[in-house]
Amino acid sequence: MTTEPLLRATGLTKAYGATPALSGADFALRAGEVVAVMGPSGSGKSTLLHCLAGIVRPDAGTLAYDGRDLTALSDTARSALRRTDFGFVFQFGQLVPELSCAENVALPLRLNGEKRKAAEARAVEWLARLEVDDTADKRPGEISGGQGQRVAVARALVTAPRVIFADEPTGALDSLNGERVMRLLTEASRDTGAAVVLVTHEARVAAWSDREVVVRDGSVRDTEWAA
Amino acid sequence: MTPSTWGRDLTLGARFALTGGRSGLLRTLLTAAGVGFGVALLLLASSLPSMLFQREVREAARAADAAHEIEAPRPDTFLHYTQHSSYRGTALSGLLLKPEGPKAPTPPGTAGMPAEGEMLVSPALGRLLDSPDGALLKERLPYEVAGTIGEAGLIGPNELRYVAHAGFLTTDNYDGRAERYGWSVPEEPMNAFLLLLVVIAYVVLLLPVLVFIATAARFGGEQRDRRLAALRLVGADNGTTRRIAAGESLAGALLGLVVGAGLFLVSRQFAGAVEIWDVNAFPSDVVPHAALALLVLAVVPVASVVVTLFALRGVAIEPLGVVRAATPRRRRLWWRVLILAAGAALLAPTVGGIRMEDTAIDTVAIGGGTVLVLVGLTGLLPWLVEAVVKRLRGGPVSWQLAVRRLQLSSGTAARAVSGIVVAAAGAIALQMLFQAMERDFTSLTGHDTTRAQLQTSLDARDGDEARRTIDRLASVDGVTRVIGTTDAHVFRPGPLREGEDFAPITQLSVGDCASLREYAVLPSCADGDVFVALPPKGATDAPDATWIEQTARPGAEVALRDPDRRGTVPTWRIPADARKVEARRDPAGLHRYGLLATTGSLDVRQLDDPSAEVMVRFDPASPDAPELVRNAALAIDPTATVRGLSDTEQSSRFLSVRTGILVGSTLTMLLVAASLLVATLEQLRDRKRLLSSLVAFGTRRTTLSWSVLWQTAVPIGVGLALAVAGGIGLGSVLLAMTGQRVQDWWVFLPVVGVGAGLIAAVTLLSLPLLWRLMRADGLRTE
Amino acid sequence: MSIGHTLLGLLETGPRHGYDLKRAFDERFGHDRPLHYGQVYSTMSRLLKNGLVVVDGVEPGGGPERKRYAITDAGITDVARWLATPEKPEPYLQSTLYTKVVLALLTGRGAAELLDTQRAEHLRLMRELTRRKKDGDLADQLICDHALFHLEADLRWLELTAARLDRLAAEVRR
Repeated sequence: MTTEPLLRATGLTKAYGATPALSGADFALRAGEVVAVMGPSGSGKSTLLHCLAGIVRPDAGTLAYDGRDLTALSDTARSALRRTDFGFVFQFGQLVPELSCAENVALPLRLNGEKRKAAEARAVEWLARLEVDDTADKRPGEISGGQGQRVAVARALVTAPRVIFADEPTGALDSLNGERVMRLLTEASRDTGAAVVLVTHEARVAAWSDREVVVRDGSVRDTEWAA
Repeated sequence: MTPSTWGRDLTLGARFALTGGRSGLLRTLLTAAGVGFGVALLLLASSLPSMLFQREVREAARAADAAHEIEAPRPDTFLHYTQHSSYRGTALSGLLLKPEGPKAPTPPGTAGMPAEGEMLVSPALGRLLDSPDGALLKERLPYEVAGTIGEAGLIGPNELRYVAHAGFLTTDNYDGRAERYGWSVPEEPMNAFLLLLVVIAYVVLLLPVLVFIATAARFGGEQRDRRLAALRLVGADNGTTRRIAAGESLAGALLGLVVGAGLFLVSRQFAGAVEIWDVNAFPSDVVPHAALALLVLAVVPVASVVVTLFALRGVAIEPLGVVRAATPRRRRLWWRVLILAAGAALLAPTVGGIRMEDTAIDTVAIGGGTVLVLVGLTGLLPWLVEAVVKRLRGGPVSWQLAVRRLQLSSGTAARAVSGIVVAAAGAIALQMLFQAMERDFTSLTGHDTTRAQLQTSLDARDGDEARRTIDRLASVDGVTRVIGTTDAHVFRPGPLREGEDFAPITQLSVGDCASLREYAVLPSCADGDVFVALPPKGATDAPDATWIEQTARPGAEVALRDPDRRGTVPTWRIPADARKVEARRDPAGLHRYGLLATTGSLDVRQLDDPSAEVMVRFDPASPDAPELVRNAALAIDPTATVRGLSDTEQSSRFLSVRTGILVGSTLTMLLVAASLLVATLEQLRDRKRLLSSLVAFGTRRTTLSWSVLWQTAVPIGVGLALAVAGGIGLGSVLLAMTGQRVQDWWVFLPVVGVGAGLIAAVTLLSLPLLWRLMRADGLRTE
Repeated sequence: MSIGHTLLGLLETGPRHGYDLKRAFDERFGHDRPLHYGQVYSTMSRLLKNGLVVVDGVEPGGGPERKRYAITDAGITDVARWLATPEKPEPYLQSTLYTKVVLALLTGRGAAELLDTQRAEHLRLMRELTRRKKDGDLADQLICDHALFHLEADLRWLELTAARLDRLAAEVRR
């Protein structure tokens, strides 16, 4: 605990209209660690993730990533950061239905300005690494849910991000497929040194993490950092 | 399948449409709004002929009846003089009257004859005169406002019109003497070309509206699919489900009919308030053609059912969801081409078969052929879009997103765009017809506005007065150039010769060198010079040179008055060194001929019954200069006619056809844009989650905005390309039909411009929703 | 389940006679297995010997059930330590955990923290099992999965209890 965390949030507050979603959440993430964010539904897990990833600007609180104040960055700058430093896996509905799986995986690279050929070649490598190389030319509608989530993981990892944000990545999968996705996600992120923020309500999924924090009523019990 | 099961299922569907929760109701209302908009437009379009006709009827009813001449004044006769003018670009008309007895009738819309020096004005003119804007016009009309002209005396509520009691009218400056108002209603049949135009215009305008209605019946399709699947789950069979779906559309369409009728009734109230291309009508004149209205009432509901069933044919509604054939059925080319060919086959026999004099054309063949060609083009579109899109690849991310989406389901986009194809192809064909006909109907004027912009001719008692008139008009503020001559006639002196009914006569124009140069090509000119202007060979608006030279020859003597009349005849000897020159068209497009004399060569006071011929040009920086010139001319002579020169001037009948088409095609384009917009918005809403997740991993707003643009631009672009090709083809065939040649191959440019505008408008209008959806809210599942 | 800690915890709310202790225990925790008097006396004498309780007074008539016991400071510390120490995650832990939660509520200690601590302990073991499973053969995997599913069930129970703490507290204190 001597090193400064990669991502650190203190006192995050966010309300949607009159509904408070976060009320003073503290969180810290070291480089390369896998942290599970647990808590009952409606507790503010996803909102915490959205704030941490710079998708949503918190109403109050500080948020530092790699020495930079995320809350002070413009929308454009945060978008750029998400493209280069972060990767995302959601529960469903994240793959562009018209693009082939390889094109979907190549998308973040292309958004970063890479050439199509090179980007798609890298995408295919990642698909192979996540054991879904046979889906490269298929569209998301033509593959199974488990395969789709692995494609999504490949897409999150393809830019070699430093943090992956995964919001219920196995939420729509059965145990076996969920487990496979989690195994591949954690292995690949460990190999690349990416940290993972894993939002889940399932203990067996959280068990793939290094440690967990619990969100309850918009505040975070971080058993390690609170001490 | 009994009719009762149909009835039951359709009713059930209709019930779902109205009571199926908020989203179902919203969809129904959207459809109703779309259909209603279309229906209102159809009703308005079907009222257009009666509206234009009513304007003519009104025009005829208020004109003095000049059907037969009345020689002598009677207690019930009056002198009349009609003035047409314009004020700051708006048309203005006036009727000057001078009753010749107490029983002289008053024109329609007036309660009684105004006193001398007074006038009745239309409400619009009254308002204008009372406002500061009307100050200049007030100077022009030297009459006191004494009352208002009622609806019966006007052709539109916004018309600028006055009826004045003008004491100065005489049999020398009048239009005629009459005892009543009202020509018989004109039934002058349209000539074949105009008829052709009207037929094509109607087909072109109404097809897109039908396409739009068909599109509107499918609004909210994807949401409905889910509901249909649920119906299957509770045990409805496939046929029942389809009929229920049709019932839902039917409810929307029926509601749309009501909305449309309502919209129509409301919008006709605005017929008076809105003025599009000078057309402005009384609400009571906007009455739909009964047969057309009934057709609309019958076709719309039936079409909604048919379209829905047709649209669902490639779809399997399963209990667990709607499955579109995994590999969409390959679009076949042959039947699409077949329709086109059938249309061409119908049109082919009429090629070269229409003559200007014809008043009846083969409406069925031409209308039917045009419909088939346009429908064929529409049918060709999905195939073409698919074929084009399949070959697109590469490009930036935004392009890739758009292209892939189109590759997966180009049908939706093609359907929305098909309206554009019909409208654009039709508009192009019409434009080509116009271009060709504009020559026949308008180019005869041949005005040259670079040389002069207003022209007037004022009678003068003598040469001095004519001179003063020219000077006065020249001194008006803002006039930069004046072409002014004092004109009179000269005659060959001496008694009539054998075989002559009158003495040979020609024109004499006296002016400065600059003015004379506008009438003829002068090699050189100095004050004192005289020229004999002879028309170029083939000029049809001037007598031939031998006739002119009977009078106007260098060294010859000419009479300045008609030698037939009694009294002394002043004469003038043409200088022997007068040169023969070739006449040129003056700015009004006419050939001047005869004697052209510089002011130093002839004393204008000798001239008999001269007139001042003046043409002026203005400083573009003084927009009121034309009004000041008109005021000055009317101050000199209240019956003066000041003509604005314009490069083109159409026959009024031609104008009204063209006006109708312009009005209609503008509304049609708006319709198409509206349906495209709805389709785009719907699609965006369906992908709320996806958009949010794209934003999460850092997709730029611009990337997605461009993608929306491409997604709209590609089908519209293909559609326009098809429309340009088809439109030019159709236009060429129609021109060939009337034996004319294409005037301008570039007529499609404005249409393409409109298309580009549509792309921009649809994209811009969908951006706010896109940006709203791109906020992270879409990711929230809790 | 530790009867000694449970009785100690009950004493923390105030001194009680032996029979009183037995009744209170049976009422709250001994639905299907009431305590024998013998169990109470042997436990209490062990606690007395360890200095965790003292005899507060004796009612006339003699007999161990007439003795009134009171908890000592050492006893309170012992209860606190017990409550704060997570149980080793194992199947059928609920009765112990339930006892601890009720006692925590009774003695005004943080029941939520107790549950969180337990939950962290469960997850720690689950993580270990997950790791073992990842590296093991199919047999290991199946065995680990069995344990994982049971632990997950426990964890769910912990979560559910945490969500219902307020209601439980109201009932316990009634």
